Amino acid sequence: MKCQQCDKTATFHITELTGGKPQELHLCEDHARDYLAPTEEESTASIPALTGILAQQLAVGETAEELARLDQKSCPVCGITFLEFRKQGRLGCPHDYECFGKELEPLLVNIHGETTHTGKVPKTAPGNTHEKTRLIRLRREMKDAVRDEDYERACQLRDEIRQIEQGGSPPDQTSSPRE
Amino acid sequence: MELNDLASSSGEWLKGDGPESDIVISSRIRLARNLAHFPFISRATDSDRVDLEEVLRALITTIDTPQRLIYLNVGELEGLDRQFLVERQLISREHAESDGARGVAIQECEQYSVMINEEDHLRIQVMHSGLDLDAAWDRISHIDDTIESQTTYAFDDRLGFLTACPTNVGTGLRVSVMLHLPALVITNQIEKVFRSLQKISLAVRGLYGEGSQAMGDFYQISNQITLGRSEQELIKQVADVVPVMIDYERKARDFLIRESQQKLHDRVSRAYGILRTAQTISSEETMHLLSSVRMGVNLGLIHDVAIPTVNKLFIHTQPAHLQKIRGATLDTADRNIERASYLRRHLGRDGNSENN
Repeated sequence: MKCQQCDKTATFHITELTGGKPQELHLCEDHARDYLAPTEEESTASIPALTGILAQQLAVGETAEELARLDQKSCPVCGITFLEFRKQGRLGCPHDYECFGKELEPLLVNIHGETTHTGKVPKTAPGNTHEKTRLIRLRREMKDAVRDEDYERACQLRDEIRQIEQGGSPPDQTSSPRE
Repeated sequence: MELNDLASSSGEWLKGDGPESDIVISSRIRLARNLAHFPFISRATDSDRVDLEEVLRALITTIDTPQRLIYLNVGELEGLDRQFLVERQLISREHAESDGARGVAIQECEQYSVMINEEDHLRIQVMHSGLDLDAAWDRISHIDDTIESQTTYAFDDRLGFLTACPTNVGTGLRVSVMLHLPALVITNQIEKVFRSLQKISLAVRGLYGEGSQAMGDFYQISNQITLGRSEQELIKQVADVVPVMIDYERKARDFLIRESQQKLHDRVSRAYGILRTAQTISSEETMHLLSSVRMGVNLGLIHDVAIPTVNKLFIHTQPAHLQKIRGATLDTADRNIERASYLRRHLGRDGNSENN
């Protein structure tokens, strides 16, 4: 039997079952390879292009104006803007999941099909995540203070950071008792 | 030097033992973790990275292990050494090529490594020879617990472990099994099989991860989803498809033997012949031919070389390995000559007595 697409002998006999009734194909080795190779659409679908999914998602139901405003939104802790996240596909700090929560939700559904963790949980429950993200913000503020040559403020911030790192809440903080 | 000690062995993942090791090369699990009180790497300043490296390095050295832990400052390594670690699968290509303070701790038997300041603060990975996911999980979970008991991970009650990229959030888990599938490639069935895997949210990658070509007919199958399912469920999903893949590959091998044993025997023998006599040979051609030889040995068509020797040749003929073993920097042309010479030494009349 000859290949359906050229004069060579058909060595591959394929029965395609997708799309209604079975379809018989008889192809030579070269044409079989072409046929079996994934289409462009399929091969790009293999690794979820994060930025692609995001762009797609944001195009639905958002006007250009809303998009522009959303892109300007930034995290108070690490300072990353939504636009920066969209461009690089990486978040800036743990707090971004809260800060961009609404925007990330459909993305998570698209990638994982779920939005609730059901796996392993840290043994030492992170009761003071809030305090930890505060550290990130304080460090950033300290760097800004140094940059602006406001050394008094920088020293103040450094002391505050040290205090949290050593396990004690700074005095001006109304935090819950530590475990 | 410690790195040079690694060069002379073949590492855990190409050791070639463990269940179903004619087809299953290795089992790998990695966890992505971040500390709660630092920004993710993309927003971390140079000094943040220095701090992170210091803190995490101290934490990792507390892991209790009967074997020695080797710590390498990746930023200070020579390009050749970094490439060597990538070939060895102990660090990722991104980790080798990025900037700033970063490191890797490697257990001396190479069954696990921990990257510091990769895409996430911590990337813990465990590698076991053959199909051995459950033991790999027990080990990595223990390492994870040990580190966690001394720090606070970025964790959210609803979203789980928080990662720099939302594709890893939740468990931060990637389970992968590396398979050698030459018969599925020869019979042109590989793409079909992979398309069906993609439909159930499993990813297929080549030997060196994302974007790499399937060199030597090695393929890694791994989970895409990390959120909404437990670690055990994710491991089971990958583990469940492995026997199916093994069955497909065995059927394809049976088919090749039944339909065209002579053609197959010819292909395998020619590959062996070229590897034993070539005077200059590229890395790609070597991988391609070694793949045929590996299958030939497993099918009993080649008798005078052992699988561990073939496995070792896959890794030792990689560019950086070749130069480390030779102890000299070589350009492409010289590497091809050195590679051919190395193969002749290990597959030639003298090499056959080598039972590694």
